Amino acid sequence: MHKSIQRTAARTFTALLLALVVAFAASPSAFAEEGGGYPEANINVHDQASLQRGARLFMNYCVGCHSLKYLRYSQMAEGLGLTEQQVMDNLNFTGAKFGEPIVSAMPEADAEKWFGKVPPDLSLEVSAKGADWVSAYLKSFYLDPATNSGWNNTVFPNVAMPFPLWQLQGEQVAVTDPAEGGNAATIKGLKLAHPGSMTPAQYDQAVRDLTAFLAWVSTPDEAVRSHIGAWVVLYLVLFTLFALVLKKEYWKDVH
Amino acid sequence: MGAFTQWFTERAPGLGASYKKHMTEYYAPKNFNVMYYFGSLALLVLVNQIVTGIFLTMFYTPTAAGAFDSVQYIMRDVHWGWLVRYMHETGASMFFIVVYLHMFRGLMYGSFKKPRELVWLLGMFIFLALMAEAFMGYVLPWGNMSFWGAKVIITLFSAVPVIGEQLVIWIMGSFVPSDPTLNRFFALHVVALPLVLLLLVVLHLGALHEVGSNNPDGVEIKKHKGPNGHPLDGIPFHPYYTLKDLVGVGVFLIICAIIIFFEPTVGGFFLEHDNSIPANDLVTPATIKPVWYFSPFYAILRMIPSKGWGVIALALSIIVLFLVPWLDRGKVKSIRYRGAGYKVALTIFAIVFILLAAIGADLTPGWIVSIFGPNADITTIENLFGRILVVLYFGFFVFLWAYTFFGWEKTKPVPERVTTHA
Repeated sequence: MHKSIQRTAARTFTALLLALVVAFAASPSAFAEEGGGYPEANINVHDQASLQRGARLFMNYCVGCHSLKYLRYSQMAEGLGLTEQQVMDNLNFTGAKFGEPIVSAMPEADAEKWFGKVPPDLSLEVSAKGADWVSAYLKSFYLDPATNSGWNNTVFPNVAMPFPLWQLQGEQVAVTDPAEGGNAATIKGLKLAHPGSMTPAQYDQAVRDLTAFLAWVSTPDEAVRSHIGAWVVLYLVLFTLFALVLKKEYWKDVH
Repeated sequence: MGAFTQWFTERAPGLGASYKKHMTEYYAPKNFNVMYYFGSLALLVLVNQIVTGIFLTMFYTPTAAGAFDSVQYIMRDVHWGWLVRYMHETGASMFFIVVYLHMFRGLMYGSFKKPRELVWLLGMFIFLALMAEAFMGYVLPWGNMSFWGAKVIITLFSAVPVIGEQLVIWIMGSFVPSDPTLNRFFALHVVALPLVLLLLVVLHLGALHEVGSNNPDGVEIKKHKGPNGHPLDGIPFHPYYTLKDLVGVGVFLIICAIIIFFEPTVGGFFLEHDNSIPANDLVTPATIKPVWYFSPFYAILRMIPSKGWGVIALALSIIVLFLVPWLDRGKVKSIRYRGAGYKVALTIFAIVFILLAAIGADLTPGWIVSIFGPNADITTIENLFGRILVVLYFGFFVFLWAYTFFGWEKTKPVPERVTTHA
């Protein structure tokens, strides 16, 4: 009787805890500040080839303005499975030493003058906004004569950055519902007006690579963690089993 | 007795006696269930926080200019720095999970009742110190949520009559959270509050060991002693409960390891996304909210339409917990033998606490949209729902008092001896 009450109480409580965990885990609002609901970036930070392609894209198209100040070239080499030679020859265009952080060569004062703000460091971009946001952002630029740069973005409206990958993706334009009744025109979607050097499928892959690289840069510990984590858990499971056997042995004389 | 032990005993006779008193001859009821793991687990987490905290202190820079960079330095350049930081950060959240369950255990089995009122009170002071400790620790990485969280929480003190505005400036040492704020929070977080916490933990355990542990039957085991003077239903804490707790520690560490190694941000709840952006007094995060473990209390603040009353309600929601031993007049301790009213009320209270947490963590807008559709008036629905929860939160304590004061509770007979054991 008492046992059953105890069991019911314990079960109710476990159910409550589980409900809490599930509710929190299933909640989409962790990235609520960006509105959420972006298509999944579909990246794999354990795919070194993808990370290497992403790094190359970053070094060719992004590092002119954006730094990765919390990442050293040497750490990039180690994490991406590249040699010092490969990194210094192919991925370092600023003349920085191998052990130095990846810092854009663009002077901040000029950047402020050109773009109105200093381009942000991207070391933690994926941690801050999520891979899905970054991926959606890179696919959502469109031509807009109303802005200074001539580009606009549906994910980040009126962004100061001109679209650096336009030669790859091509030029998208907005498909709008016409303005009516005093309301401004609303954007229904984006359409590729002039194709770039990549097919849409190739561009999707390029965005996946670049996003994967930035995700890896945000938490380079992730690769190490997931590698040793399973062993740590296995050790703890064995430890717990031994502790349980020991406990049972000692508790034999408790009646 | 070995020569070494004898040498020691002659010089420090109190040590061995103290070890016996608190370990090998501390008789604990033999019927502890799963809810009784959380005290020792809280102690384990406290040790973890101190040890990992010491290492973090070696590499952290307590200045507004250097704090954010130094955290990334720990994460990327310090060997195993990421592990130490994740252990500390996960430890903070696990501390609250464990402490909330420990407190809930107290409510389930009446562990706050005579003669353990002081144990409960000291425990509540630990909870208070822990909240201050966690809040200040959260500010130290100097991310944008650290900054805005600090600003919002410290500004609550402006609700104090007359001196409020001055008090806020005095706490911050400035007009916005800045270098002086960070410096003093660092000092309080790594020196002052850990000392307070340790002292309170010693007192909490000291008070407990004087009166002895309660148990799931709410029976005083000291009433029935054997010929050797030890409680018949008691077993020595060591080795019985040290070994049993070791099993609990193993399970707990497995959960912690899974979090630390595979999902240390826990979807943005243990480590918030906005804290990956450096503190910036010009850019406000879209939603400013405290870390999840403060969210039930934060929800109470938010659901009250006036700031002054909101702060009062927030303070009351914690103060009322201190008063539980005097609000509950019932003589029967354990939920097993208490009236149905108490069982229902406590269950509702636990659900209300969790739902308030969801509101404080800003999960409810998503839920409301998925239930009522995209055109739902989120604020109205959330306020209505949240205010009902606030009434239910305080209602639990009012009910608890009335239920026991007017003798409405119909209890079952309490057995003389404990009924179950593991």
